[in-house]
Amino acid sequence: MSHPQEKRLQQRAAHWQDVAALLPQLEDGKPISEDVLKETLQHYPELARDLAVARRHAPTSRVTRHLEALYAGLHRALFRAPGSTYRDALKLFGEDIPAVVHELRWQIFSVSLGFILAALAGWWLVSTYPELSALFASEAMIRTVQSGELWTDNLLNVVPSSVLSVQILTNNIMVALTAMSLGVLYGLGTIYIIGLNGMMLGGVFAFTAQHDMAQRLLEFVFAHGCVELSVIAIAGAVGFSIGEALARPGQLTRTRSFQRAVQRGSKLMLLCVIFLFGAGIIEGYISPDPRFDFTVRVAVGISYWVVFVLALGGWRLLRKSPAET
Amino acid sequence: MQDQLEIASATGVDLQVKVAGPGARSYAFVVDWHVRVLLALAWFIIASFAYVGSLEFIDPDDAGFGNYSLIVIFPTGLIYGLYHPVLEILMRGRTPGKRIAGVRIVTQDAQTPGVFAILIRNVLRLIDSLPVAYVVGLVTTVLTRQSVRIGDIAAGTILVYDSDAQAATRHAPTLNPKAVEEFGLEKTELIYELLERWENLDVEKRQALAGSLLSQLRPDETVPASRYKMALERLIKR
Repeated sequence: MSHPQEKRLQQRAAHWQDVAALLPQLEDGKPISEDVLKETLQHYPELARDLAVARRHAPTSRVTRHLEALYAGLHRALFRAPGSTYRDALKLFGEDIPAVVHELRWQIFSVSLGFILAALAGWWLVSTYPELSALFASEAMIRTVQSGELWTDNLLNVVPSSVLSVQILTNNIMVALTAMSLGVLYGLGTIYIIGLNGMMLGGVFAFTAQHDMAQRLLEFVFAHGCVELSVIAIAGAVGFSIGEALARPGQLTRTRSFQRAVQRGSKLMLLCVIFLFGAGIIEGYISPDPRFDFTVRVAVGISYWVVFVLALGGWRLLRKSPAET
Repeated sequence: MQDQLEIASATGVDLQVKVAGPGARSYAFVVDWHVRVLLALAWFIIASFAYVGSLEFIDPDDAGFGNYSLIVIFPTGLIYGLYHPVLEILMRGRTPGKRIAGVRIVTQDAQTPGVFAILIRNVLRLIDSLPVAYVVGLVTTVLTRQSVRIGDIAAGTILVYDSDAQAATRHAPTLNPKAVEEFGLEKTELIYELLERWENLDVEKRQALAGSLLSQLRPDETVPASRYKMALERLIKR
């Protein structure tokens, strides 16, 4: 003979069907009507009671499994964090990202400094030992420069701007995300990526300088490079902060500290990825095009960089403080 | 390994969610990998035939390479690379592979993860896939308490078994109330389940199961093996 509760449970089957019919519209994330909400709020405690009975009297039954699934669905729908795409985006770009930049200002400064030092080291190495240029430039690049041309000179004759943009922005996004992700290795991976990229930049400039072509390389790099290099430094800073969170979690657990660092840094990386799209387009359409002279390139590079800095939170500096108003 | 995630609820009845282990995770991944390879390949073949007229690669030095790479190569890579993040966002923590494996991604409080969490867990595939074939990710899932890879740890997500409410609905309401009253919920369900699977089971196995069940439910009756099925059907049709 079964327990009376089990019989009562079986009589509730029709209600469960109502909940099952309700779940798809609750789970699709769209706003629901007041009637549906009331119905859901009524079902939730009833279902909890049914589930408690089912767990006690028939823990392994299909009915219990069914109720677990329904209960989980209702729970998810009722306790979902409220969200509005527009409001969330506004908060992300208006408050969260500037706050992250402020929090990571020392890491951004340190990594930028490290990048500059690595670039100087690369310059010094190639200037002092010219044979080391092979470490930073491919054989084809070296041959082209030795013949009096830059490898970027006829780029648009080989690849159209659209393709170049897509290739470049994909590559840049991958480099930035890798610089960030490698922070997982206690920041060592990030240091390696930043050091390597800095040394390559310095080494290649030193190599072109030996053939009096550094100015031309600078002309090529300037328009897109200001934002691109800033993004690499920021990605490195985010990676470094992840490594730091793992090495020195402070009062948090190591896992929580790691999560916090990644989640905080990712907001910044989202902005960087958006700006890398623009940098890719500039690198595909403006940088290799000989019709744009250096003044235009400088104007584009600096303007785009200023927009980037404003988006990072620099716009706050333009606002008058409450005391002034 | 932690088998279950328990989340306190306002009703006092905790929400219990089963954590998926490395096996279910790998199964979902392998299915997804095949789906995304097939999708990318399908695009490559269709676009190649539409643009080139054959499956031949265009040489990077050729004049048509630019459009070819924009129409054929780049979208192929995009389908392969963005399969997981795009589908996980659109399908609210699921993918076709996860559906087949019966798992889904949730947050630590069993909620559907947000876009940021999904993007984070996918960006960190860069680390989980090192050095080859997701070795880091696999080792991490074996070693961690909740069987999570580094991407999940960072995003605060976890892979759990996705209870199939619809499948259970098909069975739950059809139980005979009288049978439930007499034999209890679990035993009644066992009768239904055994009868459903009757034709698919080996003769020896089904007779052993039916005999054991009948001896518990009707200890005083002696039923010949040839009439086991009929006896079980009688129990739930009264």
